[in-house]
Amino acid sequence: MDLSDTPEEAAFRARLREWLAAVLPGLPPKPSPDDWPGRRAYDLGWQRRLHDAGYADVHWDASPTTRLIFLEETEKAGAPYVGANFVGLLHAGPTIAAEGTAEQRERWLPPILRGEEVWCQGFSEPGAGSDLAALRTRARRDGDAYVVTGSKIWTSHAEVADWCELLVRTDPEAPKHRGITWLAMPMDAPGITVRPLRTLAGSAEFAEVFLDEVRVPVANRVGDEDDGWRVTMVTLSFERGTAFAGEVVACRRVLGELAVEARKNGRWDDPALRRRLGRLHAEFRALWRLTQWNVSAAEATGGVPGASGSVFKLRYSHARQELYDTAAAVLGPDCLDLDRPWTLDRLSALSYTIAAGTSQIQHDIIAERILGLPRGR
Amino acid sequence: MRFRLTDDQRALREGVREVFARRFDGEALRAAVDRADGAGAGSGSEGRGAVPGAGDGADGSGPGGGAQHAAGGGSVLGDGAGRFGSGGGRPAEGPGGAGGVRAARVDRGLWRDLGELGFFALRLPESEGGVGLGLPEAVLVFAEAGRMLLPGPLVATHLAAGAVPGAATGETVVAAVDGGLVEWLAEADVVRGDATGAVALRSIDPLTPLHRVPARRAAADPVAILLTAAEQLGTATRVCELAAQHARAREQFGRPVGAFQAVAHLCAGILVRVETARAAVHAAAVTGDPADIAAARLLADEAAVRGARDCLQVHGGMGFTWESEVHLHLKRAWVRTQRAGGVTESEELLAAALASETA
Repeated sequence: MDLSDTPEEAAFRARLREWLAAVLPGLPPKPSPDDWPGRRAYDLGWQRRLHDAGYADVHWDASPTTRLIFLEETEKAGAPYVGANFVGLLHAGPTIAAEGTAEQRERWLPPILRGEEVWCQGFSEPGAGSDLAALRTRARRDGDAYVVTGSKIWTSHAEVADWCELLVRTDPEAPKHRGITWLAMPMDAPGITVRPLRTLAGSAEFAEVFLDEVRVPVANRVGDEDDGWRVTMVTLSFERGTAFAGEVVACRRVLGELAVEARKNGRWDDPALRRRLGRLHAEFRALWRLTQWNVSAAEATGGVPGASGSVFKLRYSHARQELYDTAAAVLGPDCLDLDRPWTLDRLSALSYTIAAGTSQIQHDIIAERILGLPRGR
Repeated sequence: MRFRLTDDQRALREGVREVFARRFDGEALRAAVDRADGAGAGSGSEGRGAVPGAGDGADGSGPGGGAQHAAGGGSVLGDGAGRFGSGGGRPAEGPGGAGGVRAARVDRGLWRDLGELGFFALRLPESEGGVGLGLPEAVLVFAEAGRMLLPGPLVATHLAAGAVPGAATGETVVAAVDGGLVEWLAEADVVRGDATGAVALRSIDPLTPLHRVPARRAAADPVAILLTAAEQLGTATRVCELAAQHARAREQFGRPVGAFQAVAHLCAGILVRVETARAAVHAAAVTGDPADIAAARLLADEAAVRGARDCLQVHGGMGFTWESEVHLHLKRAWVRTQRAGGVTESEELLAAALASETA
């Protein structure tokens, strides 16, 4: 058991730190959260810089440990988030890399890495959330195209995306997991309507996407027709791997800020609150160690994170909510003020136990795949 | 970074697990509990020679059977486990004697076998006759001991190796005063700390006799906290296995109860706490950082206590019986939460660490 960097890892870390220190002061100011074109340009610009510096494919080709160092160091340095590049870099890109043809990889991967194209995700539907395989958006073959009709929900960056990784039903007669196909849909195709979806935090981070007879070339299909579920599973296991590593680092920082605030406003003298902060400190230390443990396991097996990602996701999502509930306890009545720094974070933390597989689904996955309990439901 | 067990560490864990399973199996555990069962408040007052008069049904371990331990010498944990194999017997009793109040006893044969295995001398340098391994290995071995509910002052004797003659070899049983409690006081040859005024209490854990002493504040040894956390991790691991086994096997309404989400999710929750605690305990063993150790303790305490509680719940009525093994894990886990200042001290340490980070 070794937590220290190998010489190669230490060299990578040192180079990255040096580069971040040089490049971050020259970044343009962050756009406001509701300026979607501005956010797109900012996020793509950051990806372009990463690409030019040789860090573009750190999410794909680098070893899991190198990826973890990248996420740790960029977060510690306060570098921009992956933002609008999220689906391209962490969902669609890896799927195309794993399952696409040479031609498809050549068409779609370089623009993702160079920060030229934005992808969004068309998976969930109003009637298919946790039971994603129940999706009903229909694709009917017409010559060299699929004609797609249906609706998707919880689509981030749909307003500014160039492509959508889309799951459609191509065989309504087959068992639900078998009749699904994975398509890359150009977002400028006729028949697509994007409607912003306002969340309880007041902002429109997501959108609904309505599809009315949208024509998608058959050449845009990744994997075989009706094999989209298997293709998709490759993507989802990426999501539960190191996707939250940077956030754990960020939560540790927030925890430090809570301690500062509590000492400033006197609530630090409340032993119950102090111990709650102490316990959270333990929690986030442990979550970082769990990340390292999972990454080392992935490194050793060369595999995707699998069910251990569910263990992490489950624990982390609840810890994040406890962090911001504790922030509210530190703030006292000020926790009701939307202009205080942690109030919106507390609201958005509520999505963590729901998005990317609810806590209940994660429990199911762990019970079935790790503990070998019989399939229930 | 290579935060996973090395091949040697894996072999050590598997070897120790095998040896413990042979040397202190479920039957031996049951026999030890039966012997200790009914121990009164004054249980510690009898002489060491006294041996329970009844309930020693296990073969080869009757009163007067004498200590049995592995033949041969020299080989220790570092060479791969398996030293216990040649003995093959059940936990042995000391020399026979008149019965008295039945009480949990340190099995001297087991203790010497642990000594020979290198359990106590694990971290002593080889130049001092030790195994020369470190905290990561100690944590693995203590987790296995916790998993099997191995009775006796394991941490205190381990920490005394090199300082108290005979501790390293298991010839000497060492107890230690910890806050307001002493475990295994009457069974110890050497007691570290001031046990003046010790009063026996009727211990909730049949396999951990306890004395109350006037509480004195003393800084807890981080290594003692870490090894306790390792034992808790072992308990948590075991109750996770037991819960899942039961959920797969026990049928109600025509289905294994594990097919019901309410039950399955309890089991999954146990596993999540185990895995989180494992990462924290192993990392603390690598860094030795007091804040990492305090974190490991909090996570491992939670994993063990809540795990045992949920395991009991999964077992339903069976879990509430004396016959079930589940209550023994819960009670031992409760005992361990009282060590080294308890949870509060670790929480305060971590809060203070947070404050000093941002000062």
